[in-house]
Amino acid sequence: MTDRATTTSAPTVGGYPLWEVFVRAKRGLNHVHAGSVHAPDADTALQHARDVYTRRAEGVSLWVVPSAAIVASDPDGRDDWFGDSKPYRHPTFYTIPDEVGHL
Amino acid sequence: MEQSTVTAAGPTPAERFDQLIAAGEKIEPRDWMPEAYRRTMIRQIAQHAHSEVIGQQPEGNWITRAPSLRRKAILVAKVQDEAGHGLYLYSACETLGISRDELNDLLHQGRQKYSSIFNYPTLSWADVGAIGWLVDGAAIANQVALTRTSYGPYARAMVRVCKEESFHQRQGFEIMMTLARGSEAQREMAQDALNRWWWPSLAMLGPPDEQSTHTEQSMQWGIKVETNDEIRQKFVDQTVPQAQFLGLAVPDPALAWNEERGHWDFGEIDWDAFWEVVRGNGPCNRERLAHKVKAWEDGAWVREAALAHAAKQEGRGLAATA
Ligand SMILES: [Fe+2]
Ligand SMILES: [Fe+2]
Repeated sequence: MTDRATTTSAPTVGGYPLWEVFVRAKRGLNHVHAGSVHAPDADTALQHARDVYTRRAEGVSLWVVPSAAIVASDPDGRDDWFGDSKPYRHPTFYTIPDEVGHL
Repeated sequence: MEQSTVTAAGPTPAERFDQLIAAGEKIEPRDWMPEAYRRTMIRQIAQHAHSEVIGQQPEGNWITRAPSLRRKAILVAKVQDEAGHGLYLYSACETLGISRDELNDLLHQGRQKYSSIFNYPTLSWADVGAIGWLVDGAAIANQVALTRTSYGPYARAMVRVCKEESFHQRQGFEIMMTLARGSEAQREMAQDALNRWWWPSLAMLGPPDEQSTHTEQSMQWGIKVETNDEIRQKFVDQTVPQAQFLGLAVPDPALAWNEERGHWDFGEIDWDAFWEVVRGNGPCNRERLAHKVKAWEDGAWVREAALAHAAKQEGRGLAATA
């Protein structure tokens, strides 16, 4: 997510709100954030998203979401949110002899 | 926004669906799908989600009595993962147009099932080891196959789940290893747990192919990509050498390596016993569901308080901008 997703009021251009664009590259994959567009309404945002981000068949499905609707985590001082202080959550924490085979 | 238009010469939605399935492509939430596909998918994902949630109970039973702080921390993390798996799956299920409230109600009213494996009691600490090794082991065999299922959100949830399962099985096997190498009493405890969990673990992979009512259609639709019996054989083949490594005896006199097939032959599963548990007559069916319903009802005031808090915050926000 871009930094501006941390603000609740996204910047506008000529009064057009900002929309975040998500593209599903192919069936079976999640929609992934690609960028954003300015547009006056949802239909136009979708059209712009198509023109800006999928001119070469980069996707099979598009989502546009008002940037102002995105609530983002605080980028600073939040190591405790994403830290990895529990090594026992990883399979490598456990020593299993090789002869046991794949576990 | 329905932007794509089907031209006069193009395929009908049903033909398009069949083409996607035939090509091994995923079905995504906004695609047209046969009503029976949607219903089957909802039933299967919901049952899977409920299993993860109810599955916290047998192991949760030992959190306060884990033999060390290390084991306790690991078990808490494992049970927390199972809750998470339930949530990944409910989220996938909701893409099919059913609400979380409906899914909760269906479980609480006993109108949707969860895996029968969780209707057995955890009588000793060794059961925690046996569950991680065998029950998670069997679940992994099933879930690895399901990463290739035809419904996109379900397949993606399975990928996420499978990444987390390896830790579950390894911590279980480590417990079994510790007990099997411990005192005579510990070794007996491990053997007793294996005796009680072996057959239910084989049965949890579902009825034999010739009795499975859903298999054929589910294979056609790519919901299932391997049959129950195929997955069961894989699980047995993987697990028997592990039991041998532990020096524990698999409780099946018919178990024998079949050179010709290149697989382990194993005995007949007691399907009558299995169906009895499915019908609600296992050792813990009533207790598991009653506990789930009680937890839901006991939590009602928390949900209400959270909503009241949110409404209050919203009120303040509006006051501030006024
Ligand atoms: Fe799980
Ligand atoms: Fe698990």
